[in-house]
Amino acid sequence: MISILSKFISRVFNSLLRGKRKLKIGIYGPPNGGKTTIANRICKDWLGQEMGKVSAIAHETREIQIKENITVKSGKKELEFNLIDTPGIATKIDYEDFMKHGMKEKEAKKRAKEATKGVIESIKWLDNMDVVIVILDATKDPYSQVNITIIGNLAARKIPVLIGANKIDLKKANIKKVKNAFPQYPVVGLSAKYGNNIDEFYEALFDVAR
Amino acid sequence: MLTIEFIPYHEIEKLSSLGRIKRLLKTAKENKIVLLEGRLTKEEEAELIKTTMEEINDEFKGIELEVIDPSKVRGGPMIKLKNNILDMLLGNRTGLTIVGPASVVKAIKKDPTKIQFYTRDVKKKKKR
Repeated sequence: MISILSKFISRVFNSLLRGKRKLKIGIYGPPNGGKTTIANRICKDWLGQEMGKVSAIAHETREIQIKENITVKSGKKELEFNLIDTPGIATKIDYEDFMKHGMKEKEAKKRAKEATKGVIESIKWLDNMDVVIVILDATKDPYSQVNITIIGNLAARKIPVLIGANKIDLKKANIKKVKNAFPQYPVVGLSAKYGNNIDEFYEALFDVAR
Repeated sequence: MLTIEFIPYHEIEKLSSLGRIKRLLKTAKENKIVLLEGRLTKEEEAELIKTTMEEINDEFKGIELEVIDPSKVRGGPMIKLKNNILDMLLGNRTGLTIVGPASVVKAIKKDPTKIQFYTRDVKKKKKR
């Protein structure tokens, strides 16, 4: 009861503070979870254009990317926001991993350097977010320390969180495991790539951001 | 040779957040695995990742981080109650933080009954 009341007060207080300022929705998560793919899906659905490049090689997004004035509609409901796609958060970056994908040493080192800066920026931007979508790869272990640290930091800042358990089009995906790992947060299984369950995802976003 | 260094909580208790992070990273950069009694705060964990990123270079590739938080251990209501009381009384002193250099530790996996370190074959890497 106290927790519900405190969440309600926090939301009212935040919306008063926010006033006419546009809501900022951030996309966070570890590398290669599908953050830019979901950002592209949202932008394509509601702006008709994509946000960024996606790649099978980790750390493709190495800078904060912002798309302004997105309006998502569902029935009579409307949600206006600026979408912020962030570089994946990791505890290690080895340029030699990029070389395994055919990159030359110089290029790999440059990518690694940019990726470290990207992680720092992502963490710095945590304080600027009003709502965060955490995108996790549902085929991987959700209990990784990076996931726990990201979600723990959002909880400490009292930022509302929606967890997207991505890649449900793959056989190995396990939404139940993601739900069990973070029982206190709404979790929606989706495929950002193919759009599976995307309507349920938008509904959940309305609930979290209202 | 694999070296594990245990840091008791009292050794970091009086340090600032930055001091704790520097202490952990200094040891990890010496290619040692750190077992810290207790936990960092969530903000300190994020700061640890940020500082790690600032220090990454050709030699230091980052860290593997794992935190054992007894209040999050799955179990019956009595176990949860006991762990929550301990957590309230002792705060971040409970649990264990493991920090390993990524050049030595490939992965740390934990399940309710054990922690496993997967180390890299350093000798093989040197020969290449």
